[in-house]
Amino acid sequence: MYTQGLDGQVPDTAAHTDEATLEQRFLARVDAEEKIEPKDWMPVRYRNTLIRQISQHAHSEIVGMLPEGNWITRAPTLKRKAILIAKVQDEGGHGAYLYSAAETLGVSRDQLVEQLLSGKAKYSSIFNYPTPTWADVGAIGWLVDGAAIMNQIPLCRCSYGPYARAMVRVCREESFHQRQGYDLMLQLARGSEAQKRMAQEALNRWWWPALMMFGPSDANSTHTGDSQRWKIKRFSNDELRQKFVDFTVPQAKFLGLAVPDPELRWDEHRQQYEFGPIDWSEFDQVLKGNGPCNAERIAARRNAHAAGAWVREAASAYAAKRRQPSANIAA
Amino acid sequence: MNAKLPNVDAQALFHYVLRLGDLSLILGQRLGEWVGHAPALEEDLGVANIALDLIGQARLLLSYAGEIEGCGRDEDKLAYLREQGGYFNAILAEQPNGDFGQTIVRQVLIDAFQLELYERMTGSLDERLASIAAKSVKEVRYHLRYSSGWLVRLGDGTEESHARVQSALNTLWPYTVELFAEDDLDQLMADSGIAPRLSAVHAAWSARLEGILADSTLLRPADRPHLWHGKRGQHSEHLGYILAEMQYLQRAYPEACW
Amino acid sequence: MEDKHQWPLYEVFVRARGGLDHKHTGSLHAPDAAMALSHARDLYTRRQEGVSIWVVPSTAIVASDPAENDSLFEPARDKIYRHPTFYEIPDEVKTL
Repeated sequence: MYTQGLDGQVPDTAAHTDEATLEQRFLARVDAEEKIEPKDWMPVRYRNTLIRQISQHAHSEIVGMLPEGNWITRAPTLKRKAILIAKVQDEGGHGAYLYSAAETLGVSRDQLVEQLLSGKAKYSSIFNYPTPTWADVGAIGWLVDGAAIMNQIPLCRCSYGPYARAMVRVCREESFHQRQGYDLMLQLARGSEAQKRMAQEALNRWWWPALMMFGPSDANSTHTGDSQRWKIKRFSNDELRQKFVDFTVPQAKFLGLAVPDPELRWDEHRQQYEFGPIDWSEFDQVLKGNGPCNAERIAARRNAHAAGAWVREAASAYAAKRRQPSANIAA
Repeated sequence: MNAKLPNVDAQALFHYVLRLGDLSLILGQRLGEWVGHAPALEEDLGVANIALDLIGQARLLLSYAGEIEGCGRDEDKLAYLREQGGYFNAILAEQPNGDFGQTIVRQVLIDAFQLELYERMTGSLDERLASIAAKSVKEVRYHLRYSSGWLVRLGDGTEESHARVQSALNTLWPYTVELFAEDDLDQLMADSGIAPRLSAVHAAWSARLEGILADSTLLRPADRPHLWHGKRGQHSEHLGYILAEMQYLQRAYPEACW
Repeated sequence: MEDKHQWPLYEVFVRARGGLDHKHTGSLHAPDAAMALSHARDLYTRRQEGVSIWVVPSTAIVASDPAENDSLFEPARDKIYRHPTFYEIPDEVKTL
């Protein structure tokens, strides 16, 4: 919204008041927990950080439709099929809310989509892992959505109004995603030997990638400092990761599944779980495009976009004819 | 349970309800293939909503069919564990998605059929079917609004889009004949006051299509005789692949609960 | 590369229940207003969040400039006599 007023990126007011004063005022508002709205003055770096983060988030939702969408036609019961369609549909909806939020900052949906399709924009590397079995659908809901919620709840209080409001909506809808995933795993864990094995193998596949979803360790995270000062980010990567482990390990125990970490143990003194080192080289590789499904995920998005071009064009042409009946005759 | 079954053979009613349920099931399954791959994000949402409604209708109808049969088969046993010849959807539903235009054409043809059928079935003497029809008719009315809205835009959009949907219409039209070909079972259902006469449904459908096609600047293809009978379990090659995919887990793990 | 056929942006307003105002809910892209309404239904009322929807082309919205907030909104601050609490009425006087 209001994008038309922001085409120039730098609002007029900047010319009249000096940058430092404006930035001071901006920071004071952020400190006072006021929300920054689209037409408000904001530092260019703040705007760019938000565009980067919100669009990555949106892309993740869009690409995230694929690994689970993969199972819609094979869902084993009609109820599960309906739940899965609704869930994947929600991911698309979340992508749409987030694209809308990003657009308030002066980028167009088209630019954002182009960045995704060209490989320029990043998205959560977790979606570059495959879903070979039905249990992966459960593991994604339980672990991936679980980790996502942990990241997202603090974002509901993010300093940028449109992002915060989109996240409120996302979080409200997301809570069913994690629960349906756990419910699916529970059914498998209580099922046949083959189903239990399926569940365990899915946990083995998704555990470490889920921990990596919180991003690099605080010591190596480039964006954390600014983002925390601007109240875009309220907790550090490591804090959130720890919280996730503490919540999730007992849930795995309840399922009777083993967390694939030989070093995992309860630390009585710190009252939290201690876990083994994360293999960040794997994370880096997936981020660089060498994950098991990077190429195929982007190809799927590109195909959908290219195959849909004539449809989007036709609808625009139809609308144009309705707007200008005379142009129709002239043509 | 069913309040009253007007003098009709349970086996016949069972088959008839499967015809309705399978049409929704197979079409819903087909639409599910689109989710995540639609021409625009907003369309992913739209197509998914229709798929959800159709799967919901299939669940109600297959559950009811299972109760009529009385052999302990529930919606999933019926959806997942029948042989191909035991599915009674008209074969239009199982035709491939093709491009978005072909999916939309298939959707308009079936939406309009379901709308005319369910509107009349709300007065069925079979109370269960009447109530399922009353619920479904609201959903189907929206489906047709969506699909015909798209057909008009594609038909009257660009030269390319017009050519694509006209070609899809030519391809799919012949399969519509089966929807309205009244056989003994359809006749029995109409005679018993359970279902409307297909001739009445056909006339209304035809008039409705006339309007939509005119708005879409598309030409109505000629009716041709049809030699397939999905409604009696004789299917195209496509259904086998649909079932192989849909039934995979249930077949691979026969003992399992999901 | 800008897609020349990018669908325009619409703002969506949803009335949550009868008796309430329409409230801004978000935005979406659609080729025209009728489609925008359809998309809004699918995108913003999947969980029965509304009983009525408005869609408005985003370009039709004219917004006030926050830089002018001082002159637009500050002057109302000292008009405290507009509020009922400004007036002290003896307790004996009822229904006022």
